[in-house]
Amino acid sequence: MDIASTYGLSEIALQLLVGLSRSMILFIIAAGLSLILGVLRVPNVAHGSLYMIGAFAAYTVNTVVGGAAGFWLSLILAPLFVALLSLIAERALFCHLYEREHLMLLLFTFSLMLILGDMVKLFWGVDYKSVTAPEALKGAVMIFGLPFPKYNLFLLIIGPIVGFGLWLFVSKTRIGKISKAASVDRMMVGALGINVSWVFCIAFVVGCFLAGLGGALVAPTMGITLGMDHTIIMEAFLIVVIGGLGNIWGALVGALIFGITHSLGVLFLPQFAIIFPYLAVVIVLMIWPRGLLKSVW
Amino acid sequence: MFKGTIHKKTALALVVGLVIMLILPNIIPRFYVYLIASILVMALLAMSLNLVVGFGGLFQFHHGVFYGVGAYAIALLLTKTTLPKWICFISAPFAAALAGLIIGLICIRLSKLYFAMIQISLGSLLWALAFRWYGFTGGDDGIHGISMPAALSGVSNSYYFILIIFVLCIIALFLILKSPFGSTLQAARDNEQRCEAIGIFVKRHQLFGIVIASFFAGVAGVLFVVLEGSVFPDLLFWTLSLEILIMCLLGGWFTFAGPIIGAAIMLSLRTSIGIHTEYWTLILGIILALVIFFLPQGVWGYIQEKLKLRKEAVAERGR
Repeated sequence: MDIASTYGLSEIALQLLVGLSRSMILFIIAAGLSLILGVLRVPNVAHGSLYMIGAFAAYTVNTVVGGAAGFWLSLILAPLFVALLSLIAERALFCHLYEREHLMLLLFTFSLMLILGDMVKLFWGVDYKSVTAPEALKGAVMIFGLPFPKYNLFLLIIGPIVGFGLWLFVSKTRIGKISKAASVDRMMVGALGINVSWVFCIAFVVGCFLAGLGGALVAPTMGITLGMDHTIIMEAFLIVVIGGLGNIWGALVGALIFGITHSLGVLFLPQFAIIFPYLAVVIVLMIWPRGLLKSVW
Repeated sequence: MFKGTIHKKTALALVVGLVIMLILPNIIPRFYVYLIASILVMALLAMSLNLVVGFGGLFQFHHGVFYGVGAYAIALLLTKTTLPKWICFISAPFAAALAGLIIGLICIRLSKLYFAMIQISLGSLLWALAFRWYGFTGGDDGIHGISMPAALSGVSNSYYFILIIFVLCIIALFLILKSPFGSTLQAARDNEQRCEAIGIFVKRHQLFGIVIASFFAGVAGVLFVVLEGSVFPDLLFWTLSLEILIMCLLGGWFTFAGPIIGAAIMLSLRTSIGIHTEYWTLILGIILALVIFFLPQGVWGYIQEKLKLRKEAVAERGR
């Protein structure tokens, strides 16, 4: 099939841009997961639930405050709410479990996912919720002579900003540097007289903040519903693994692969579009069994 | 309990248990017969998983796929082909074993979390196929109203069929675990390097373990179709796989009978709590978290430990 004749080049380019903007949300979520995996060695399945809570919290802020102010406020308040939740969870539960083996931790976080999922059902009900983007981000701009949603453009801008902020946190702040050191050798960091427990706590909260931010950002683009945590957490894990466990830039690479293969799949085989990212993951892992970039594990 | 040879007492208990199971459909209401049948199906699935996770030490995180493949295979064979029914029933578990071989061949080169992730990825691929391929698998509706041979229709008939197959599979699994192959699998779990050093091809044994486990998972899938008469893509979704892992955890990893107990606990909880509230996963999550905190060896593992301690104490006093 001659692709160029069915779709113009500009359509393909635009579809790539849509894929890129979806990658940005995946990146924000996966980067949080990767931070937690790298520093704490906890495969946090509940990360997806925190993303869902972020989206629902964004909905609440939007309905309470309303208007454009509500939207911008939700981008701050919803992740903060999620971060607060994770702070409680970390201090009350996780900090007692770090020495357990990975399988146990994974199943423990799965139990948290079950609990949080029902909590959301309890507080927000089972109905679909939706958030509308503020006027400034509604509508479309013309790119390559085709309309491109403004909100996706906004995502394309916010993604690199978050990535840059995370890079600043990990490599420029003291806490970030300590957590980086702790991810390589936590015994040694503890032996230097640093309170590793609090470093872990902060890394965990930052990671969960990103999950909440991802949820708040995704809210205007799709229906907010129960069960949105199930697919996203699997995707986030796969992204983290193909990028290299604990590597934040790996999360970016993985998210780009995931988003772009999906958007190209939509173009060429719409019915089976969701298969392509999984296929890409399998191929990447068969060639680079430990992920594309250096993993800290 | 199952260490070494089976004791006379245990054998007696098993026979009595079997007899009770055989007369059950005549005494208890149909609903409970159905519940026990579904517990048996999940128990077989959980035991097949425990073969590779508990005894093999592999991170088999998407075991549900083989269950789903078995179920879809029998459903598609029964509805799309005109083959004799018994051929369909026999070939479906082999389809699952074949899926196990292919997925296993790809996964086995990696270890731990990477193994788990590539398996989840491959499994999700199959899930997405079943979910979207409306023309062949029925898409997200699945396939419903699969007609069974007359001997298997009705709750009590399918109950007996499931019970017989379950017992046969358990005996087979027990023999496999007690065979040299089973011992090698456990040795490789405890120390992979040492096993390789004495000349055991560890990966090949593990791959074989995956194929066997997926065969039995496929049998469980067939039994599911016998019981429910329908298949749907959720059978292939990764949350089901984590649920089976939870059953193994609840019962106890390193025990033979643990997964049966785990499946029984989980399904009876789901039914008994599910009647009263829609928030049953909340309660399951809390129970699970408590088990991980306080009973990491699982319910059955805990009981075994206590029994062992008591036996030792008795022996000590007698001396």
